[in-house]
Amino acid sequence: MSDSPIAVEQHGPELLHHFADAEQQRDAATLGMWLFLATEVMFFGGMFCAYLIYRYWYYSEFAAGSRSLDIWLGTINTAILICSSLTVAIGVRAAQMGKRKLLVILLLLTIVFGFAFLGIKGVEWYDKYKEHHIPGNSFNVDDLVRDYPQLHIDPRHEQIYFSLYFAMTGLHALHMIIGVGLFVFLTYYAWKGRYTPKYYTPVEMGGLYWHFVDIVWIYLFPLLYLIDRHR
Amino acid sequence: MATAAITAEREHYLNKEYGIRSWLLTTDHKRIALLYLISITFFFFVGGFFALLIRLELLTPAGDLVQADTYNKLFSMHGQVMIFFFLIPSIPAVLGNFLVPLMIGAKDLAFPRINLLSWYLYAIAGVVYLHCIVTGGVDTGWTFYTPFSTAFSNTRVIEAGIAIFIAGFSSILTGLNFVVTIHRMRAPGMTWSRLPLFIWAHYATSIIQLLGTPVLAITLLLVVFERAFNLGIFDPTRGGDPLLFQHLFWFYSHPAVYIMILPAMAVESEVVACFTRKRIFGYNFVAMSSIAIAVFGFLVWAHHMFVAGISLYSALIFSILSYLVAVPSAIKVFNWTATMYKGSISFTTPMLYAFGFIGLFTMGGLTGLFLAALGIDVHVHDTYFVIAHFHYIMVGGAVMGYLGGLHFWWPKISGRMYPEGWGRLAALLVFAGFNLTFFPQFILGYMGMPRRYWQYPPEFQVLNVLSTAGSTVLAVGYVLPMVYFLWSMRYGKIAEDNPWGAAGLEWKTSSPPPTFNFDEAPEVTWEAYNYEEIPAPAEVPGER
Amino acid sequence: MFDNFPLWPVRASAGAGNVDALYIFLVALSGFMCLAIFIMILVFATKYRRRRGVEAEQIEGSSALEITWSVIPLGIFMVIFLWGAVIYFHERTPPRGATEVYVVGKQWMWKLQHQEGQREINELHVPVGRDVKLIMTSQDVIHSFYVPAFRIKQDVLPGRYTTAWFRATRPGVYHLFCSQYCGTMHSGMIGQVTVMEPAQYEAWLAGGGTTGSLAASGESLFQQLGCPTCHRSDTQGRGPNLVGIFGKLVQLEDGRTVVADENYIRESILSPSAKIVSGFKPIMPVFQGLVGEEQLNALVAYVKSLSPAPSEAEGKQGSGPAGARSQNHKE
Repeated sequence: MSDSPIAVEQHGPELLHHFADAEQQRDAATLGMWLFLATEVMFFGGMFCAYLIYRYWYYSEFAAGSRSLDIWLGTINTAILICSSLTVAIGVRAAQMGKRKLLVILLLLTIVFGFAFLGIKGVEWYDKYKEHHIPGNSFNVDDLVRDYPQLHIDPRHEQIYFSLYFAMTGLHALHMIIGVGLFVFLTYYAWKGRYTPKYYTPVEMGGLYWHFVDIVWIYLFPLLYLIDRHR
Repeated sequence: MATAAITAEREHYLNKEYGIRSWLLTTDHKRIALLYLISITFFFFVGGFFALLIRLELLTPAGDLVQADTYNKLFSMHGQVMIFFFLIPSIPAVLGNFLVPLMIGAKDLAFPRINLLSWYLYAIAGVVYLHCIVTGGVDTGWTFYTPFSTAFSNTRVIEAGIAIFIAGFSSILTGLNFVVTIHRMRAPGMTWSRLPLFIWAHYATSIIQLLGTPVLAITLLLVVFERAFNLGIFDPTRGGDPLLFQHLFWFYSHPAVYIMILPAMAVESEVVACFTRKRIFGYNFVAMSSIAIAVFGFLVWAHHMFVAGISLYSALIFSILSYLVAVPSAIKVFNWTATMYKGSISFTTPMLYAFGFIGLFTMGGLTGLFLAALGIDVHVHDTYFVIAHFHYIMVGGAVMGYLGGLHFWWPKISGRMYPEGWGRLAALLVFAGFNLTFFPQFILGYMGMPRRYWQYPPEFQVLNVLSTAGSTVLAVGYVLPMVYFLWSMRYGKIAEDNPWGAAGLEWKTSSPPPTFNFDEAPEVTWEAYNYEEIPAPAEVPGER
Repeated sequence: MFDNFPLWPVRASAGAGNVDALYIFLVALSGFMCLAIFIMILVFATKYRRRRGVEAEQIEGSSALEITWSVIPLGIFMVIFLWGAVIYFHERTPPRGATEVYVVGKQWMWKLQHQEGQREINELHVPVGRDVKLIMTSQDVIHSFYVPAFRIKQDVLPGRYTTAWFRATRPGVYHLFCSQYCGTMHSGMIGQVTVMEPAQYEAWLAGGGTTGSLAASGESLFQQLGCPTCHRSDTQGRGPNLVGIFGKLVQLEDGRTVVADENYIRESILSPSAKIVSGFKPIMPVFQGLVGEEQLNALVAYVKSLSPAPSEAEGKQGSGPAGARSQNHKE
């Protein structure tokens, strides 16, 4: 229990007192983060479940809604996120190898990518606002009815597609914002030299979280943007 | 090991530091457990107050105490407060937080700061919900069914939803902490098969909290979005499906009942073992049945929807699965009973609660068989039969388990003994009051009295009066422990390390324990419940 | 049973006895199990109470016992499941030729429409011995139609039809409750079901001032709304011929096949583009917002009347591919 002098010598201040050794601390953190990501899967899972059911019932409306999204912006955003996961992965490696400057650059790049993604998302949402595709009192899809006569859209069901669109991309964006915030902290501490080859767990855990948010987008992109595009 | 020092100089977790900062910024799992104890006790009395008003209104067939809208708010808030702010945290956040590290020989949980965050999230959620109550309350029933909650209710649905959403995060983080702690922080020699059954049951509970609560979170969030931003996901006039809400809601809320009962079963195992002075009969089966309940509990949610408009075939599947989930619970009851065979039984307050638990949980569980039977459920769904069933399990089971556990570990938590005579009296009052309150409701339900009824036909009055009478006895039974526990902190007999002669690592350290739990890190070389090696106390406190 | 202290409502339907039989079996089984466990605990608590010098005997367990007390309860549970399932199957399968009554629930009243045109509010008159099928929907939130004396209950949903059926066996007046919380006057959304001898029922039917049968008012609405313009009774119309379609399989233009039941007719009126019949263009106007629930019921009754009676698409299990059925019912 009491940290004997020997124990204090052998580890830095990052080792929390209630852990027996650094390995136990790292194992605990890793297991904890994976479990947390499992809860996030269940969280998004509820929305994916609703999506699956409504897409099955209202396929035409989903197809029309999907086509009204800007596929180029969506693709660019997907590329941005994948690149950001690359910078994160290389960053973890840099931390492992003790390359502080490289780590800081990569973390900053990741943040830049994150902001770029959020910026483009904002542009897309604004477009939807202009087109009156936000569910509610000013919702109007006469343009979709006119543009896709072969789909026989029911405007009321179209609201369901856009409700899910905003809920899903909105919650994803919220997770991105949290991720960017996390990475700001990581960058600061990395710059201060806190992460060494012996201790870079926070970078690794932050990386896991970022990869997860990326994977959610990789599901969202085809499910929201690529419905019925082959026709 | 440290022996009990009667002097006040011995340092332990309660006197190590004084002052409000040392409590509000603590990362000591034991202090956090006490923070939870205070806050959930507060909400228990809030929810209990609502219950008392409900029972008073139901004394007469007419709606003559409060207005209809008020009554609808009363039962909605009674349910939400009791489930989300009392029952779900109760045993895990108080007893689990306190005991999990002690029982496995660790200095603290894996993530002490996240543990404190859990409490703050709970406290914030509680404040938000209190604000909801005083600014108009919520009248959707605890179940928030759409489209009533999304498009018709005129009450503070968004605020209630947000409060419960935040409380859900508290629950998830507690579960996460326990799972990682149990996996990674066991003392040397503490193998999985040497773990107390309390740990097994809390492990299963935590898995449910982790996997189920996020689904409630997204469901409530979607309801909040629909109300706030006029989305149409559950709106039938726009093609939304109210049944989708029910599926998503019950996918969490059924496993939630196992979050509420498994920890009480955890307590039951420890108390029965100690006061029969025996290893629990069928340790492996009891441990595995906790896991089985957690797994099967996720497969039965639509048994809440047999008359909701699901297909005949769905109903058949969920009915048969519901019978499967009943088996592990039955196994536990049989094992606890078998443990008493050739035991050496004492009748202390915790053991009285344990006896009560077996009786009431058995009755509640058996009435679950009624509800799982499709033909019967059609008649009794949404009647007082259901209310009686779940109160038998949640109050007769979970709350009795909680109280029994509080009494059992009170010496360890506070360093004091509670007065045994009063303890037994309160236990008996709770048992008697409970049965008088809820048994008549089975009959009321089969007679056809629907639930959530502010007024009712006169032929239901006699049973309602009986039920209300019982609730007053029950209330007294609940107030007594609050009084004497507080009294004992000043005037109670000083407790030794192990006043009950119980097995378990928590009893090998002082009462109360030092901040870091053990003076020397334990190394475990014995099986759980090694009562053959532990001398019985010369005199069990309170016994002649 | 016990007049002064009843344990269950009067049995007033053909199915009530079956439900009570299972209930009584379960009460007996539970009583037996409780007694067994309580007595065992009592015996152990007395016989093995703590005594000086007597130690507890450490018993690890017994796999044989564990398996026994897992398998036997499981077996009993399966019996209960099957018994309950059989009752439920009958409850959810209305017989052919049942008299249909349309029910609309709204905050906070029940509106009922008989085929013969009678309208009732919070009351339902039925004759003894006749199968009655309720076709129900809600105008707003979820309600539930509950008659304890008949042992029937069915949630009533906005946006679709759900059904329940019964055969009353005992004249009398019985409670009707709403049993799905629906807002302020949920507990006031009650009424009564009056079961009459057949002769009295005919008299009651004749006595009310109705404006013709439900199907007849449906027909006049059909004309009013201009439906015959497209739905002609030949193959030349721009819309499908509705004569004889009720209960039949319909081929849709996207390849699916559905059964033309009440929900299908209702959806076709409110949201025509959801299911376009093969060979026809999607030009039917949307009537959501233009017709109320009771008018919809009348139109559905009229379309049904164009097919040979008895129309019992709901009653037949397995008519049409399983996929089509589930699409229609939207679980």
